[in-house]
Amino acid sequence: MYPENFRYTKEHEWVLADGDSGTVGITDHAQQELGDIVYVDLPKVGSRIDAGKSLGSVESVKAVSDIYSPVSGEITEINESLADAPEKLNSDPHGGAWLVKIRLSNPGEIQNLMSAADYQTYVGAEK
Amino acid sequence: MPVSPALRVTPLNSVHRALGAKMVDFGGWDMPVQYSGILEEHSAVRNAVGVFDVSHMGEIEIRGPEAAKLADIVTTNAVHKLKIGQAHYSGLLYEHGGFVDDILVHKVADHHYFLCVNASNQDKDFEHIVAQNHCDAVVENNGARYAQIAIQGPKARPTLQKLTAVDLSGIKYYWFTDGEVAGTPARIAHTGYTGEDGFEIYVPPAEAERMWKLVMDAGTEFGIKPCGLGARNTLRLEAKMALYGHEIDASISPLEADLGWIVKLDKGEFVGRDALLKQKERGIRRKLVGFEMSARGIGRDGYEVFLNGAPAGWVTSGGPSPTLNKNIGLCYLPAEKSVPGTNIQIMIRNQPVDAVTVETPFYKRAK
Repeated sequence: MYPENFRYTKEHEWVLADGDSGTVGITDHAQQELGDIVYVDLPKVGSRIDAGKSLGSVESVKAVSDIYSPVSGEITEINESLADAPEKLNSDPHGGAWLVKIRLSNPGEIQNLMSAADYQTYVGAEK
Repeated sequence: MPVSPALRVTPLNSVHRALGAKMVDFGGWDMPVQYSGILEEHSAVRNAVGVFDVSHMGEIEIRGPEAAKLADIVTTNAVHKLKIGQAHYSGLLYEHGGFVDDILVHKVADHHYFLCVNASNQDKDFEHIVAQNHCDAVVENNGARYAQIAIQGPKARPTLQKLTAVDLSGIKYYWFTDGEVAGTPARIAHTGYTGEDGFEIYVPPAEAERMWKLVMDAGTEFGIKPCGLGARNTLRLEAKMALYGHEIDASISPLEADLGWIVKLDKGEFVGRDALLKQKERGIRRKLVGFEMSARGIGRDGYEVFLNGAPAGWVTSGGPSPTLNKNIGLCYLPAEKSVPGTNIQIMIRNQPVDAVTVETPFYKRAK
């Protein structure tokens, strides 16, 4: 269910690091909790973000949920396709519905995040 | 997840859990917010049929020779004009003109009125009515004696018709019949809170589970879906039906809430009448109006509304409209601005986002 090569936050985001580049998304657990996602608000390319700070928001029919950045760095790309098809976050949260790519200013931060096994235990305990 | 002992449950609680519903604390009740998903459930009601457990709603009964007199004193609509078997939407007001609750009043018999009230207001409503009871009437707080199931959508009638000998096509909108559904005594009301055709049935709690399953079976051929509070909210918002705690509360009068049609000032004395007369004479300052987002963003409950750069009101309910595929909402604005075509801004996460006031209801079913 949760890819082994991702790292996870307690707020249910994931990051996949490749050198100094990180791809960020929300987890399957997050999309399940939110329900039908209808709107995604993402930062501008070129903006800087600190780990743990709000990266944007995801809205379901019922609620707004902040997305917190798992890592620090500069936004190099946003997933433009989500503007017209936010429902992809429900169907493919770990793949095609990634949110942003970040040039990592501190790749070591990844080590502070949960492994897939730890995250699985974490969401299991939350239920 | 264990149920908190403080939460109240309906007779269908275990059915919801078995269906895998997402449960929430709704005003102290453990209720399903969704089963398969709000959009899918919403669509089922607009295009086919959906079934809702609304057993959390309260029922208050007024009986006795002066039942009509008491009901007319405590509510805004004209109770004495109801015929036996007829129902209407009404308000229960404080002396100052604010809402105690919004309710449905059913005339069961000359000396018997049946009120359907909001779940979290039922005890407050009961005490309010009892305090006004200087009539030859008895008031009963009977929420625990009824389970209520709403069957809503264009296929609601053929679904329910399979389970009853009562000719449903003979029950006009906002009328009801006491009959049997699947051999159980039931009050069958042609009412609803979705803007779609449909029925609400009141049955004994012990029969609720059997009734729910029979309704689900009867609706299978039409694609019936169990629907939660999430879809109930998007459906009622499209139809511009008020939700207590949002469009109306103790600080809001029916005139402000654009519910002047449930107020019959000429019917004689009723609680709140003097305040409403004064309000009418002086003119109301704020009024409820619908809006659509013109820019990207969703205006939601509680967000501030700006007019020409200055705070002017607030959103009472807002969200995506699955039927119209737009982001819609209701808000309070100064009365003179609460007309369609006013450009407003909704403050969304500290950013003003453009919206425009529009005619309501947002959605009206084809008759």
